This record gives sequence, structure tokens and C-alpha cells, in this order.
Amino acid sequence: MNINIPCPHCGPRPIQEFMYGEIPSVPDEITDPDARDLDRAFMRTNPEGVQLEAWFHTYGCRRWVRIHRDTRTDEIVERG
Amino acid sequence: MNEFIEQKVQLQWHEPKANYDVVIVGGGGHGLATAYFLATRHGITNVAVLERKYIGGGNSGRNTTVIRANYGIPEAVRFYQRSVELYQTLEAETERWIMHKQKGLLWLAHNEAGIRAERARAEVNTAFGAKTEYVGPKEIQEIAPQIDMMGGGVWPVLGGSYHPEGATARHDRVNWALAEGAMRRGVHIHQRTTVIGLRKEGDRVVGVMTDKGPIGAGVVLSAVGGHVTNLANMAGVRLPIRTHPLQAFVTNHYARQFDPIVASMGLLFYASQTARGEMLIGAEIDRQPSYSYRSGHHFLQSCAFRAMTLLPFLRNLRILRQWTGVCDMSPDYSPIMGQTGVDGFYITTGWGTWGFKAIPAGGEQMAQLIATGETPALIAPFGLDRFARDRTLADRGSAGTH
Ligand SMILES: Cc1cc2nc3c(=O)[nH]c(=O)nc-3n(C[C@H](O)[C@H](O)[C@H](O)COP(=O)(O)OP(=O)(O)OC[C@H]3O[C@@H](n4cnc5c(N)ncnc54)[C@H](O)[C@@H]3O)c2cc1C
Ligand SMILES: [Zn+2]
Repeated sequence: MNINIPCPHCGPRPIQEFMYGEIPSVPDEITDPDARDLDRAFMRTNPEGVQLEAWFHTYGCRRWVRIHRDTRTDEIVERG
Repeated sequence: MNEFIEQKVQLQWHEPKANYDVVIVGGGGHGLATAYFLATRHGITNVAVLERKYIGGGNSGRNTTVIRANYGIPEAVRFYQRSVELYQTLEAETERWIMHKQKGLLWLAHNEAGIRAERARAEVNTAFGAKTEYVGPKEIQEIAPQIDMMGGGVWPVLGGSYHPEGATARHDRVNWALAEGAMRRGVHIHQRTTVIGLRKEGDRVVGVMTDKGPIGAGVVLSAVGGHVTNLANMAGVRLPIRTHPLQAFVTNHYARQFDPIVASMGLLFYASQTARGEMLIGAEIDRQPSYSYRSGHHFLQSCAFRAMTLLPFLRNLRILRQWTGVCDMSPDYSPIMGQTGVDGFYITTGWGTWGFKAIPAGGEQMAQLIATGETPALIAPFGLDRFARDRTLADRGSAGTH
């Protein structure tokens, strides 16, 4: 799929200009501090649906952009 | 495809029973192989494989079929070598022509770091039971005369590693041969059956809920490829998996013979010739986590350009087809096999872009685990618990593309 990421500074640009950044979301049920660290380091929510994600505009303004994207269709949506 | 199923492979379909000793979710290579080995090696045949579409409709029917054991860490070399050997005898064992062909695999280096990596690969492989040797430009030219050794003036081929046991096999036939072998011994396979929930009694998984009703199970194995996060969530298991698309394409017929499988570390692509004479080419995953099966033009352009750098004859060919699978990528580029911490719930995942070659050994080992309740030594390092134990198995340089 060809995806364009709407950069607030540069306008819509091809995804190949960006680097993906995971936003870790440790479930609240995990309370033990070590377990939270482990989850934050390795575990992924990996939703089949809309997720909030960060992209670094490596070949552009070199700033972080946050978007909501539907991982079933790769469509960028207004919010989650 | 249907011709092969109807005339040769004998698949017998059944009505689902209320209970099975083992329910395997996912009719890809790993699910089918586990059923096959449960039936053939352990006499466990009260087994069902549940597949939401059709068997081999996931990555096991979408891959570029490279089989090899030239990995970078001891645990992986041992495991994949077992699988390479099982593939070599699978045709005789199943009495099905899976079109297994030993071709040899060249992994090319274009700079000092690459040369060091390929030398190290040859050493680790030799030490742990896989056959790989370091080769210089002259030997590379002899093995694959079509390679432009100047790499278009930008990516010169300085050396590489050669893995003579590198092979390919027809993916559909592997799936069907395993399915038939399992069914002939009494295993049930239910296509168009989606698991939508897991049934629990206390902390134990005791069955599945499907779109066609509940099925009880002694144990449940998750073998669902890129869709694993969803299923694991149903059991309350968090996984270090991210799902990424992986694309590949095939050209029209290349009139000459192209013997080996060729891969480039620097250019991140690999190529081989299919039995029909097409050139089959793949590369790295798409950068966005995604469950979308849609292919894109950017991949075609970028991958074809890189491939032509080393294989200039590709310029005269046309691209016939392009397709995508969604891969269960693990953070250390090694598979995750075994127990999950939830009783009655086993998992085989993290097969990412590299799990076709692992189908026989993965199935064999998971079957042994399910039959005996004990994790076999060959796969013990690959457990999900390795992340908590700080024993990750980083091997990106070996698993990254194929
Ligand atoms: C383009 C491409 C090229 C590749 N090239 C190579 C290669 O050269 N060499 C190599 O070794 N590997 C390669 N791979 C990787 C390899 O294809 C996979 O790792 C392997 O096929 C995984 O097998 P599997 O049985 O785990 O998953 P799959 O074959 O994906 O099977 C999982 C099955 O589970 C089913 N399923 C999912 N959810 C449910 C549910 N809820 N209920 C019921 N069924 C469900 C799916 O429909 C699917 O059929 C490649 C992959 C791709 C996409
Ligand atoms: Zn920007």
C-alpha cells in the first residue's frame, strides 16, 4: 500500500520518508513494576483496528508526527 | 491447484465433533505439520485443525519458499538444520511430490562489514551442524554467472557465503501433503471455521468458540500467523508480536536457467527461479504495522531496482504478479514456540518472514511438546519466557528477509 502521512509541517508525504515509532501502552491490569517494565520493553498491543502512532519525519522536518491509523485498511483517520 | 487436490491428494472432510484431544487454530503449514506429526509420531489422532478460510490461504501459501539453515546463532542453526533435513525426506515420507529442489544459496557481501558477517555465518554454521562456506568472487561467478560482480558500479560483490543445502519447495503442495497425511490417520480439518473466542475453566483453556459453535479441547494450539495477537488476547496472553505486511513479486519466464538462490545483505533482496522459469523476488517488510493485504507500487519499484543492480538480465523481464502476506514479527527475529503460562494453551508464532522453512521441524517439535507435556531441548530456548528471562535470541541479520 502507498500511504501518505499528513505532516503538519510539510503536508502529506510518502510513508517512506518517515520512521515508525511505537507508543507503548501497558495495560492498567499489570501493576507489578518489573512486569510493567517488561511489557513496556517488549509487548505490543498490535491492534487490528485504529491505533495512535508516532512517525519521525526523517527525510523532512525531522519532527515527530502523531496520527491515528486503521491497521486493517491503512487509512489515516481523524481520531481513535 | 484444484486439479492437484481432486486428482491426487485425498482430503476427506468431516462434521465437527463436540470435543477433541487437541484443537489447532490455523490451517497454515505450522498447524498442519503439528497435526501431521501428532498423528504419525505419537498416534494422537483425535485432533482438529480449524481454519477460517482455506488451508494454506495465509502466509504458508504466499511465501517465496526458501529453505535454509544458515542462521547466525547456535540455537537457530540447530533448529533450522533439523527442518532442512526433514524437508529432504518429506517427499519420500508423504509419497507426495512437493517439488523439493536443492539449489544452493549465495549470500553476497558488498563491503567489509558484510564480509565479516558472512565469514562469521560460515563459522557458526559449521560449528553447529549446517554446511556453509565462505566464497570469493571467482567462486561466486562460477555458481551464478548472471550476477554483475561490479554491482552496477555501486554495490560490488566482494565475497559471500555459500550454503549448498539451500532449497525451495512448492508451498501449496507442502500444505496439502501434510493435510492429507494427517487426515488419512484420522485428523479432522475444518475450513471456513473461525475461532472467535476461547473457553476457560478457571485458569485453564478447555476449548474454543467458533462461528459455527463451541468445540471442547484437551489443549489448544495457536498457529494463526499474523493474526496471533487477537487469539492470544482471548487467553489473556500478551505477546511481543507486531504484524507487518511482506510483499513479493514474480516475473515472466526467463529463458535461461538460474540455478541458485541469491540474497544480498546490503541490497536487502533475494531471488530464485521457480519451476516454471519465472524469477521470484522478495525483500524486507513494509515499515508500517498492518493487517492490510494490499500491495503497493513503491515496493515494486524499489525492490525491482535493487534486484536489477545485481541481476541486470531482469531488465528484459516483466512483472507478472505481486502479492502480500501479513507476518507475525518478533522483536529479536526469532520464533516463539511452546507454553504460554496459561494451562492448556500452546503457541507457535514469531514466524515473521522466515517460517516456511521451519514448518517440518516446528510441527515435529510442537507435536512432541503436546504429546509429552515437556518442552523438547531443540525449542526450549525459543519459549515466550525468554523475554522475561533476558534471553532474547537476536538474529535479524539472518532472518530479516527470507
Ligand atoms: C511474501 C512472503 C515471503 C516469504 N518468504 C519466505 C521464505 O522464502 N522462506 C521462509 O522460510 N518463510 C517465508 N515467509 C514466511 C512464511 O510464509 C511464514 O512464516 C509461514 O508460512 C507461517 O506459517 P504459519 O502456519 O505460522 O502461518 P499461516 O500460513 O499464515 O497460517 C495461519 C492460518 O491461520 C488462519 N487463521 C487466522 N486467524 C484464525 C482464526 N481466528 N480462526 C481460524 N483460523 C485462523 C489463517 O487464515 C491462516 O491460514 C514469507 C512470507 C511472505 C508473506
Ligand atoms: Zn515534516
